[in-house]
Amino acid sequence: MLSVDIRRDFPGFSLEVAHDFAMEGITALFGPSGCGKSTLLRVIAGLETGARGTVRLGAEAWQAPGRRALAPHRRGLGYVFQEARLFPHLDVAGNLRYAERRARQVPGRAFGFDDVVAALDLGPLLGRRTGALSGGERQRVSIGRTLLARPRLMLMDEPLAALDLRRKAGILPHIARLPQAFGVPVIYVTHAIDEVTQLADRMVVLSEGRKTAEGPVEEVLARLDLPPATGRFEAGAVAEARILGHDRTWNLTRLEVGGQALEMPEVDLAPGTVVRLRVRARDVSLATERPRGVSIRNILAAEVLEILPEPQTAFAEILLSVGGVRLRARLTRASVSDLGIAPGSAVFALIKSVSFDRRALVPAGPGEGEGTPAPEDAPPQASETPVQRSGSALHIGE
Amino acid sequence: MELPDAGPLWLSLRLAAVTTLILLVLGTALAWWLAGTRSRLKPLVEAVTALPLVLPPTVLGFYLLVMMSPNGPLGRLWLDATGSTLTFSFAGIVIGSVFYSLPFAVQPLQATFETIGRGPMEAAAMLRASPFDAFLSVMSPMALRGYLTAAVLTFAHTIGEFGVVLMVGGSIPGRTKVISIAIYEHVETIDYAAAHLLSAGLLVFSFLVLVFVYGVNRRFPGHRG
Repeated sequence: MLSVDIRRDFPGFSLEVAHDFAMEGITALFGPSGCGKSTLLRVIAGLETGARGTVRLGAEAWQAPGRRALAPHRRGLGYVFQEARLFPHLDVAGNLRYAERRARQVPGRAFGFDDVVAALDLGPLLGRRTGALSGGERQRVSIGRTLLARPRLMLMDEPLAALDLRRKAGILPHIARLPQAFGVPVIYVTHAIDEVTQLADRMVVLSEGRKTAEGPVEEVLARLDLPPATGRFEAGAVAEARILGHDRTWNLTRLEVGGQALEMPEVDLAPGTVVRLRVRARDVSLATERPRGVSIRNILAAEVLEILPEPQTAFAEILLSVGGVRLRARLTRASVSDLGIAPGSAVFALIKSVSFDRRALVPAGPGEGEGTPAPEDAPPQASETPVQRSGSALHIGE
Repeated sequence: MELPDAGPLWLSLRLAAVTTLILLVLGTALAWWLAGTRSRLKPLVEAVTALPLVLPPTVLGFYLLVMMSPNGPLGRLWLDATGSTLTFSFAGIVIGSVFYSLPFAVQPLQATFETIGRGPMEAAAMLRASPFDAFLSVMSPMALRGYLTAAVLTFAHTIGEFGVVLMVGGSIPGRTKVISIAIYEHVETIDYAAAHLLSAGLLVFSFLVLVFVYGVNRRFPGHRG
């Protein structure tokens, strides 16, 4: 457990956060630019002097009032910076060896140089100068270098923010695998909600220097009261679904969500596999009766839990329960009034599109892993349109 | 033919080499502090460092002479420690040169450190490198261009030194009679041929040094982090 209870004052801004970070899996530290999430990461690392309070890992106090803070290089942390910060006077292998040499005394020999090179596909880059690398390659080297320092915890500060969609999709699977493959927990700072849903198990939401929400990603994203950090356009809910089977005639895959069936274009996953779906609020419409004669095939019976009108706008957000699974719908306030719905109303949710966030949360059988990471230079998938931000997004046809 | 001015030439080279070595160490410490500090003393220290650029060498030399004379604080300390006087000695003109050439070492180093920023040091710390280790293994090689510039400028500036040496060292052959003082004495004795030889030598040397410095700056247009 990494326990943080700190305060850092700047002119016109203060960061004040108390949180216990779990030392397993991936925790997303999420919020808009300027909310203090990167500063919090730097405080944890000991790079930000001037923060008051305590930072402790288990019984080790890294920072405590009245005591000299533990120097950053003694904390056993890894840090992947947004700009990679590779050493320009060393080639790629030199950068990796730099970390490896300084981690010799660290106990535990679970993985070595070659394992990291293989896992991140760094072999072809080893002899290259760092200046000759693409943005995505730089971050892969940076992640590999950090792993070779054998950190107890890896801090990642928007490592994909400077990359285009295609390169992002090439690296995301590598990051998702870190906790399982290398036994290192990750705190991942980002302002991109698709990175949160594709990577994280838990999330902490920061807004203007304060913690506003925390918990499992599904729960946090289903809440309506959070500031629209992601922009309404991208807001939505995340739901776990199980693959039921495939319809080879129409090339469809059937999934089960909250006891009801959902269809999406065929994906190559075994029945029984649990996946994570993201349904954007703007892709969900509501009806009070089961509609007929519409092209939308995914019509789920749902119950209205909560209605949150947005003052001064035309819109309202509706929180729904589909057999216990939470979805969000975004309607105009006029529609809400016309339909006459209220908390407790039974409705039908018409789902126009689902994106598929993370392959195989729970593999159905052996050999079914997180999927092969897409090579960085592969052409973008045909299904990827500018609004469909996920790495492997798939539409449900209307 | 035996060169009459081999002595002063050799002395100038020795003085410049020793001064450069000392200043690269001292200048690193001072430049590193200046590049990283948020102290209110910073402009004060920067001003003191830059003083030799604008001060007449005779003024600097005069105060150094006062400090180094057997009754001055530095001179007495030196006399107690070594049994000899600091003024009119090689050690004396080395100390004088260190002050005189200070900005030529500190300013390029400070600019280089500021350009590189603390990012690479932080990255090294996150790879378990201690600050000293990180400075030697990351900062120094990244700052190589700054070190080259600082070394060359310090060396060249010290070679051409005149006023400070004259004030604290006088003109003792083999001890304090450096090349520029030799030129001055040739002119005084109306031996223009010898003065020409030395002056032209210094002129060509200075020119080549500057060509080298600007050439280096062009070939390595900064590092991409």
